[in-house]
Amino acid sequence: MALLKLTSPHAHAAQNTGAVMRLVLLATIPGLLALTVFFGWGSLINILIAGTVAVCCEALVMRLRKRPVMFYLRDCSALVTAVLLGLALPPLAPWWVVVIGTGFAILIAKHLYGGLGYNPFNPAMVGYVVLLISFPVQMTAWATPLPLYPEGLSAPSFWESLQIVFPVLSPGNIDAVTAATPLDTFKHNSSLLVTQLYEKTPLFSQAHWAGLGWEWVNLGFLAGGILLLARRVFTWHAPVAMLSSLALCAALFYDSGSSASHGSPLMHLLSGGTMLGAFFIVTDPVTSATSNRGRLIYGALIGVLIFIIRSWGSYPDAVAFAVLLMNFAAPLIDNYTLPRTYGHTKSRRATKKKE
Amino acid sequence: MASTSSREVAHNGLWKNNPALVQLLGLCPLLAVTGSVVNALGLGLATMLVLAGSNTVVSMIRNHVSEAVKIPAFVMIIATFTTCTELLMQAFTYELYTILGIFIPLIVTNCMILGRAEAFACKNPVAISLFDGLMMGGGFGLVLLSIGAIREILGSGTLFADMHLLFGPIAENWTLHLFGEGYGFLIAVLPPGAFLVAGADLDSPARAAPR
Repeated sequence: MALLKLTSPHAHAAQNTGAVMRLVLLATIPGLLALTVFFGWGSLINILIAGTVAVCCEALVMRLRKRPVMFYLRDCSALVTAVLLGLALPPLAPWWVVVIGTGFAILIAKHLYGGLGYNPFNPAMVGYVVLLISFPVQMTAWATPLPLYPEGLSAPSFWESLQIVFPVLSPGNIDAVTAATPLDTFKHNSSLLVTQLYEKTPLFSQAHWAGLGWEWVNLGFLAGGILLLARRVFTWHAPVAMLSSLALCAALFYDSGSSASHGSPLMHLLSGGTMLGAFFIVTDPVTSATSNRGRLIYGALIGVLIFIIRSWGSYPDAVAFAVLLMNFAAPLIDNYTLPRTYGHTKSRRATKKKE
Repeated sequence: MASTSSREVAHNGLWKNNPALVQLLGLCPLLAVTGSVVNALGLGLATMLVLAGSNTVVSMIRNHVSEAVKIPAFVMIIATFTTCTELLMQAFTYELYTILGIFIPLIVTNCMILGRAEAFACKNPVAISLFDGLMMGGGFGLVLLSIGAIREILGSGTLFADMHLLFGPIAENWTLHLFGEGYGFLIAVLPPGAFLVAGADLDSPARAAPR
């Protein structure tokens, strides 16, 4: 009798980078749909521009580095960076903002450090932060949710959205209609109790849980994230740690809904880039911690940093800054959270102790 | 050592052994004040002045100080020249002096200056030491100037803005607007821009050399 003798892992097929990246792209669709439904065509246009620029930059760099261009384009990693950046940028941002951000992400944050797998920082987040500190005006203007458009103004069609993004196309300039996000609203609230704020602000009063539009965008990314989790693209540790530490911080500083409150845990979980960050950024295998224990620490600290920067910082959202700061710390975390090797009672030290 | 030709000294200071690009000295002011041409030029000139002065005096006293007190003596000389420069700038270019702030007194701690006193001026005659100071300071100033120019162009889209701080009223309208009003790419004038531009420039003499 011939028994099949195989050791684990019992994988049926090699998980190649391209397949994983395409799955990630697929998983962003629910979030992108929600963004398009509630904030118009802006995000889709961002992604189209960013995708084109990213592929061109990637091809250019591979050409310069004398590597096979098509081979590296087919792994779709540049496209994932572009899509994540496009989703994070304000809809209807001017085209050059998207172009500069994507170029920076691919050329400097990714390839200057050696390309895919070598970059210490998440390229999409580097692109975002460069734009945020360089063009604060454009980057802090988020499109108004379509249901809240002022009387007499209709939501821009796809063509009108294109004209806003590329002002060259329009004979008379069309302006994007922008409004405060839930996080902005809380940041600028100094006199209203949370319940009053929720009643007075249409952004909250017309929403189910957290903020009109934003809740669905975040639930969309949550759905995509769960899909990726179910397909075992990443483990649950980092995102769950991040979300629970963020919720915990928010609960601690909720201040029972006073005017000094920084917002409820639910508001923090379903606003801004929380879910996009938790499932698509924090889980980046290259820039995050490696072991499961390390990922718990890494994710939890990102959650804490997000809350701190959101509450006491002066920027519209904090996911990008928190992620970049923890990218810095990931090697240190790895150093102290080396897993125990099977058969050993204690984990080996990552670095040799100096005598 | 005495046979060092002035041609060689100039080549070393300005290019081959450039204090900022090759020796990587004085990087703190290099990163901190190069947000615009006028700041860079102001600090470059101040540093050059101090370096030329300290090199000259160190060379003059080189046969009279003992090995034991050499370094303190050099530091005293450098501090004297830095104070002179600081007072001069306070007198003639007060606004620029306030903009550059702490980085003028900090010229004392610029390793490049003590380095030249130690490595060149205390072993060479006065004239060539003065020339070395001018060339090394000039090389440093030129790097400052070029980084300042790149960052000013990228960051605010202007060149030679506010030059009147250094050259007086004639320079009022030297400002060139390269990309029209309202342009701004803030990261280039913020600290990260300093690292990016300086990083792109570092070691260029070695990279430009034929291999």
